[in-house]
Amino acid sequence: MLADKDRIFRNLYGLHDWRLAGARARGAWDGTRALLEMGHDAIVEEIKNSGLRGRGGAGFPTGLKWSFMPKEVGERPHYLVINADESEPGTCKDREIMRHDPHILIEGALVAAFAMRAHTAYIYIRGEFIRERERLEAAIAEAYEARLIGKNNIHGWDFDLHVHHGAGAYICGEETALLESLEGKKGQPRLKPPFPANCGLYGAPTTVNNVESIAVAPEILRRGAAWFASLGRPNNTGTKLFCISGHVERPCTVEEEMGIPLRELLERHAGGVRGGWDNLLAVIPGGSSVPLVPAAQCQDLTMDFDALAKVKSGLGTAAVIVMDKSTDIVKAIARLSYFYKHESCGQCTPCREGTGWMWRVLTRMAEGRAEREEIDMLWDVTRQVEGHTICALGDAAAWPVQGLLRHFRSEIEARIAARQAERGARASAEAAE
Amino acid sequence: MAVKLIIDGQEYEVADGITLMEACEEAAGKEIPRFCYHERLSIAGNCRMCLVEVVGAPKPIASCAQTVNELRKGPKGEPPEIRTDSDLVRKARRGVMEFLLINHPLDCPICDQGGECDLQDQAMAYGFDENRFEENKRAVENKYLGPLVKTIMTRCIHCTRCVRFMTEVAGVEELGAIGRGEDMEITTYLDSGLHSELQGNIIDLCPVGALTSRPYAFQARPWELAKTETIDVMDAVGSNIRVDSRGPRVMRILPRNNDAVNEEWISDKTRFVWDGLAHGRLDRPWVRREGVLQPASWEEALKVVADRLQSVATTRIGAIVGDLAAAEEMFALKGLMAGLRAPHIDCRQDGSRLDPKLGRETYLFNATIEGIERADAILLVGTNPRLEATVLNARIRKRWRMGALPIGLIGAPADLTYPYAHLGTGPATLRELAQGRHDFTETLAKAERPMVIVGEAALTRDDGGSILALAAKLAMQTGMVGAAEGWNGFCVLHGAASRVAGLDLGLTPGDGGLDVAGMIEAARTGELDVLYLLGADEIDTGTLGRATTFVIYQGTHGDRGAEIADVILPGAAYTEKSATWVNTEGRPQMSERAVFPPGEAKEDWAILRALSEAVGRTLPFDTLSELRALLYKEAPHLAALDVVEPAGTSGIETLARIGTDVSDTPLSAYAADYYKTNAIARASRVMDDLSRARLGGAAGAAGGEGIQRGEATGTDG
Amino acid sequence: MSVRRLDPNQPESFAFTPENAAWAETVIARYPEGRARSAVIPLLWRAQEQAGGWLPEAAIRHVADMLGMAPIRALEIATFYTMFQLSPVGEKAHVQVCGTTPCLLRGAEELKAVCKRRIHEHPHRRSTDGAFSWEEVECLGACVNAPMVQIGADTYEDLTPERLEKILDAFARGETPTPGPQVDRQFSAPAGGPTTLTELDYEAMARDYAARAGEAAPSAPEAHAATAGQAVASLAEASAAGAVAAAMADPPAGEDADEPANAGEGAGEGEGERASEDEGTRPVGLAAPRDGKPDDLKKISGIGPKLEGLLNELGIYHYDQIAAWNDENAAWVDNYLAFKGRIEREDWIGQAKTLAAGGETAFSARYEGGEAPAKEEAE
Repeated sequence: MLADKDRIFRNLYGLHDWRLAGARARGAWDGTRALLEMGHDAIVEEIKNSGLRGRGGAGFPTGLKWSFMPKEVGERPHYLVINADESEPGTCKDREIMRHDPHILIEGALVAAFAMRAHTAYIYIRGEFIRERERLEAAIAEAYEARLIGKNNIHGWDFDLHVHHGAGAYICGEETALLESLEGKKGQPRLKPPFPANCGLYGAPTTVNNVESIAVAPEILRRGAAWFASLGRPNNTGTKLFCISGHVERPCTVEEEMGIPLRELLERHAGGVRGGWDNLLAVIPGGSSVPLVPAAQCQDLTMDFDALAKVKSGLGTAAVIVMDKSTDIVKAIARLSYFYKHESCGQCTPCREGTGWMWRVLTRMAEGRAEREEIDMLWDVTRQVEGHTICALGDAAAWPVQGLLRHFRSEIEARIAARQAERGARASAEAAE
Repeated sequence: MAVKLIIDGQEYEVADGITLMEACEEAAGKEIPRFCYHERLSIAGNCRMCLVEVVGAPKPIASCAQTVNELRKGPKGEPPEIRTDSDLVRKARRGVMEFLLINHPLDCPICDQGGECDLQDQAMAYGFDENRFEENKRAVENKYLGPLVKTIMTRCIHCTRCVRFMTEVAGVEELGAIGRGEDMEITTYLDSGLHSELQGNIIDLCPVGALTSRPYAFQARPWELAKTETIDVMDAVGSNIRVDSRGPRVMRILPRNNDAVNEEWISDKTRFVWDGLAHGRLDRPWVRREGVLQPASWEEALKVVADRLQSVATTRIGAIVGDLAAAEEMFALKGLMAGLRAPHIDCRQDGSRLDPKLGRETYLFNATIEGIERADAILLVGTNPRLEATVLNARIRKRWRMGALPIGLIGAPADLTYPYAHLGTGPATLRELAQGRHDFTETLAKAERPMVIVGEAALTRDDGGSILALAAKLAMQTGMVGAAEGWNGFCVLHGAASRVAGLDLGLTPGDGGLDVAGMIEAARTGELDVLYLLGADEIDTGTLGRATTFVIYQGTHGDRGAEIADVILPGAAYTEKSATWVNTEGRPQMSERAVFPPGEAKEDWAILRALSEAVGRTLPFDTLSELRALLYKEAPHLAALDVVEPAGTSGIETLARIGTDVSDTPLSAYAADYYKTNAIARASRVMDDLSRARLGGAAGAAGGEGIQRGEATGTDG
Repeated sequence: MSVRRLDPNQPESFAFTPENAAWAETVIARYPEGRARSAVIPLLWRAQEQAGGWLPEAAIRHVADMLGMAPIRALEIATFYTMFQLSPVGEKAHVQVCGTTPCLLRGAEELKAVCKRRIHEHPHRRSTDGAFSWEEVECLGACVNAPMVQIGADTYEDLTPERLEKILDAFARGETPTPGPQVDRQFSAPAGGPTTLTELDYEAMARDYAARAGEAAPSAPEAHAATAGQAVASLAEASAAGAVAAAMADPPAGEDADEPANAGEGAGEGEGERASEDEGTRPVGLAAPRDGKPDDLKKISGIGPKLEGLLNELGIYHYDQIAAWNDENAAWVDNYLAFKGRIEREDWIGQAKTLAAGGETAFSARYEGGEAPAKEEAE
C-alpha cells in the first residue's frame, strides 16, 4: 500500500483547511519560484521523466503533450486549459481536488502554464459542480490576493487563471469539444489535425490537461521525477486517485499506487465486494467507457494502463464500477448505452445514429425481446460505430457493449430463449383453450 | 511543391495542400462519396461517408478533412498509401450508409428530390439490401423556413450544409442546429423563416429531400425536364443558369457553375422568377383603336407603326431601351433609328450619367467579379450590392471572410452581410477622399489592390458624372489603376442586364439627341411624336401616358410600358431566345432558347427587322447569324463569349480630370422593391409573396399555398 | 436526450438586474477582446438563476444581444446543454436524480420512484402545487456517494428512498436540508473512516509551516501566514482526535439522524448543542450597535431574522465585524450555533467583506429587489 507520505492529495476528504493557509501547511506553494527557475523546458523534461500519463482517461504521456507546444510564442498567445468537466460515469476524483485541495491545482496550473509559456489558463468545470466552482473561485481569489498568481506576482511569471463552467454536456470533456464550448459554441469536437497544440483555443496554441494531471505536477517537481517514477510500474508510474463505486461495502475515492491489484484496492479501502469476493460478477475498471472485465479475470488484475489493456479493457479514469452477482448486467450496460445516446453531440453519423440504435436493441435484449441473430447484428453495429467518428465518444459508446457481448453473450441468449419459451408456452396454452 | 502518394496501388504526384479527397478524385480519378463536404463551404467532416484507408493508420480517415501533407511517409520514406476501394473502406461506407438510412423515411416515391438525390444514388452503390433496423424510425417536426424552402425534416441527415451556407456564404445567421445527438434539428429562431436573398441555394445544397423548392413542389420529376444552359437577366451579374422546361413551360431555374461569375450560387430572384414567365404575357400584337387596345395581326400592327414613323419628322422620333434587352435587338433598334435618321435613343433607362465615348473602362466593373477575391481594400459609393447584385455581394463577403479587408461605404447605410466603415452619406465625403483629406484614402493607398465600386444611387443623380469623375480621381491617386500589374480597381456596378451591351453599342443620344429624361420631357411638352419602347418599363409612364406621343411597346409583359402603348409588339423573354448579354464586368455571354415565345410573340431582333422593311429602311440582315456577323464587326469583343476584354485605363485618367461639381444631397438608399425590379418579376406570384414578406413581415409570406407549420411527417415502424 | 422545446408560455421580456449586468461585464472581461461569445454559458446560467431556475426565451435573446450573437446561435447553446431548463421548474425544488449505472447499481430507480409518486409521473412537469419538479440526469460525478440527487447547487448523497422523502419534506417546509452524504461518512472517504491519510502529522506540518512562514517566506503576506498556522492547528486537532472534522460534519448515523433538524426547532433545541465553547475563539462583540444603527445582516445569504437576532446577542451588529472574523472566530460561531460548516460554506465572511465595502452580492441585490426571501436556509 502507498504510504501516506507518498500521497499527493493530503486533504482528499476535506478533513483539513482547504484555504491557502491550510494548503501551504500541507506543502503547497512551497518554493514554487524555485520550480519555475528550473526553466520551461526542464520542467517539461522532468514531467516526461516522471512517466506521468494523463489522468483524464486516455493516458497520453503528459510531458510529451506539453512538449508539443511551440517553443517560441508567436503572434498568438499560448493557453493552458484544464479539463474539469468530470463526467465519465464512475468518476468523481477531480471533484475532491477542487473542493478540498484547490490550491494544489492552482499551483499546478501556474507551473504547467509556465512550462508551456502560457500566461492565461482556463479551468473548464462541469456546470453541475456549482459548490466546487465556488470553492475553486474562492481559492483563486486567495491566490490572487497573496500575489501567487496574477500580474506581477511573486513568481515572476504573469499568470491569469479563470474558471469557466459548462452546462450539462459530457462531450465537453473531449478536449476539442471543450475548446468549442469555451469559445461559446456547441460542444462539438473538432476535426484533427490541426491539433490544439497548433490551433486550439481561439486558434492559438493550447494544451488541455485533466485536473489530476495538473494537480500532481508541482509535487512531482518538488520531489523529483525519480520519486514519482519509483511508484507503480514502468510506463505506469506514480499515484492515482481511484474511485470505487457500485457493489462494494464502502464505496470511496482513494489515492493509491498505480498497479495496485484490484482485489487489494477493493478490500483494503472499500470493504471488499458486497457479499464477499466470490459474489463478484464483473468490474468496469476505468469509467463507463472501458469494457467490463468479468470476475474470472479479476482475481489477479493489476490496476494500470498496460495490464488492463491486456484484458481488452482500460484504466481510463481509474473509476472502478463493481457489480456483484445480483446485477442485471444487460440492463447495467444498456443504461450506459442510454448515457452515450444522451450525450452524443449529434455531429457525425455513426455516433448520432448508432448510439440510439445500440441502446434500443440492448434495452430489448435486457428483457429478452430480441432474436438471437440480433446479438451478432449488435456486434456489427458497435464495429460500425467504433473508429468511424470524429472523436472518441463513438468508441466509448461501442466498447462497453462489446465488453458485454464478449463476456455475457450467454446471458443474453438465455433471456431471449426464456422469453421465447414463455411466449411459446402462452401460445400453446391459448391454442389449447 | 508536389507530394507523392500511392492511391490504390498507383503512385501519383499531387499538389501541395490539397485534401485526400481532391487527390483521389483529381489525380487518380477515384470517386469518393460524400454528403457533408462541399467545396465552397467549410469542412465539417461529419457525414463520415468519404472515409478512406490510409495504410498504417489505425482507423479510416475522412478524406475531405485531411490534407496530403498531413500523411506520414513510410518507415523507409515510402510515399503514404491510400486505399479507396479496400474491404475496410467498403465496410466503413456501408456502415455509414446504413446509419444514414435507418432513420430516413422510405418516402422516395413522393419525394421531390427523387431522381437527383445523393442519398438515393449512394444507397445504390453502398446500401445493404436488407433492413436490420427493427426500431421505430425517428419523426421530426417540419420547420417553417419561409415561402421558398419547403421542409420535410424527417429526411434530414444532419450534414449541416444548409447551416454552413447561410452562415458563411449568405452571411445571414438565421439557420442553426438545435438540440443534440439524434434529436438535433435544423431550424430558424422560433420558426421565423429565412431572410436572405440567397436562401434558395440551400435547396441545391441539401443532399436529400429535407429542403426542397416550395414553388416547384410536386410539379415535375427531373427526368421529364428538358435542360437548357443559359444566362440570367435579373441583374447585371449574368449568373449562369440552367432552365428546366417541360413542353412550353419553364418549370424551374437552377444555377450553373461559373467560378468567374456566380460560382454556383444564384439569387432567389433568379431562381424563383420563372412563374412570372407564364403570367401576364403579351402573346399577340395589339393596336389601340379609339382609345382601346385591340388585338391585331402582325401585318396590321407593323403597318400602323410604319405609317406613323413615316408620317412624322424624324427628329421627333425617340427610342428607349429597357433593362432586359439583349445586344442583338439593341443593335437592330440602333440600325432602325439610324436608318430613320432619328437622333433620340438611349439605353440608360435608369438615367445613369455614363458616357460610352469616354471608353469602356469608365462604365465597367474592371476588376472583374473574381478579382474581388484579390482586392485588399474596397470603397463602396452609392451602392447596395446585396440588392443590386446579390451574388456579387456574396463574393465581397467571401473576400471579407478570407481576412484583412477594410471596406468603406459612402451612401445610405445598409445591411450588406459584412461589416464596413460608414464614411459618409453624400458625395462630399468622396470629395474629401479624393482630396486626400480622409483616413480611408490612406487605407486605399496602402492597399496593393484597392477597389472602388460606384453604383446606381451615385450614377443616376444629376451630378452622377461628377461623382464618377471623383471616383476616378481617387482611383488614380490611390493606385487602383495601373499600380499593380494587371489590376484595375475602378468598378461600376450596373443593375440591369442590358446596360453594358447598350453602352458598348453606343445606344446613347447622338448629336442633338435627347436622353431618357429629355424624351419624356419632350413628350410632355408635345415635342416628341413617336416613342419606341424596347421593353422599357422602369420610366415615368405616368407622364408618357398623359402625353399625345404615339408609344410603341415591344416587350414580353402587359406591364407599365404596354399599358400606355398605342401599339404592342410581343417579344421573347430571355428564356425564349438565343441572345447576347454583357454583364457588369463587360463579359459577353449567350443565352439559349429553352422554350418558344408564347402565341404569336417573336424574337425581338426579327420584329425590328420586319419593321425596318415595313418602313422601307430594311436592315441588312435576314438571319440571326447575319445580324451577328455585322454586330461583331462593330463590337468585336462580343464575339469572344465568356471573355472579359480588359478595357484599358485612359478613360479613367480622362475622367479624373473632369470638373467635379457635386451637390451635398445624400446618396439615396436602394429604394426599389427588390423582388419587383422588372416586368417578369412583377408578374411572378412568388416574387409577390417575397415582396410582401419583406415589406410586411412573415405574416404576408404564406401566399396561397398552405404552409405547414410544425407538422411532422414520419413513417413509424 | 429527447427533443427539447421552449415552453409555450413565456414571459414577454427579460433583462438582467443591474447587479447581474455588471457581473456579466466582469465575466466577459475574462476572455480576450472580441471573444465575448465565450461568456454565453455563464450568462445564460445566470439568467436562468435570475428567472427562477429556468431559461425563458426572452432571456436567450437578451444574452444573445449582449454578446453580439445571432439569436439562433444562443438558442443552439440553450438547447444543446441540458442544464438549461426550458420550462419552469418547481418553486421549492427541482430534483435531479442521477440515473446512470453507478447510481443505478445502488438504487437510483427507487429514488426515481419517489419522485414519480410525490412530484409527477413525468419528468420536467411540476407537482400540482407547483413546488416541485424532477428529472433524471446523467452522471453527476458523485459515484462513490451513490445514489444521489442534486437540488439547486447542492448534492444529497448516499440516499435511501426514505431519506429522499425526508429531504423533500424539508424542502416542502421551505428549509434547505444539510447537503452532502446522508450517512455517517466524510465526503468520499469510506464509511467508518478513512483508510488512508491517517499517519500524517498535520499538526507538525502546520507548526513547520508556521515556523517557515515566520522566518523566511517573504512571499506570503504576514497576515496570511499567521492565521493559516492557527487555523490549521485547530483543524488538525479535530482530526487527530479521530473524529470527523466538526466544521463539516454531517448528522450522525442512526435513527435520530434521519430527521433533519430544521430552523424552526433548531433555535430552541440548539441551546444544549451550543454549549461547547472550547473550539475556536469567540469573536469580540460590541455592547450595542455603533451609533445605534446596526447593519442589516439579513443581506448575507444564509442569515435570516432569527440568526440575525442570535448574532446580535453575541454583539455582532455590523458587516465589518463578520468580515474581520478569522477562521478561529468562524469556527467558534459555527460551533456555537451548531452550524456544521455553514459559515464557511455560505462564505459569510466574503459576503460581509463585500457588503462592508459598500458593495453588493448577488444575494443582497436580489434581497434589495425584494426577490429573495430573507429566509434561513438551513437547520
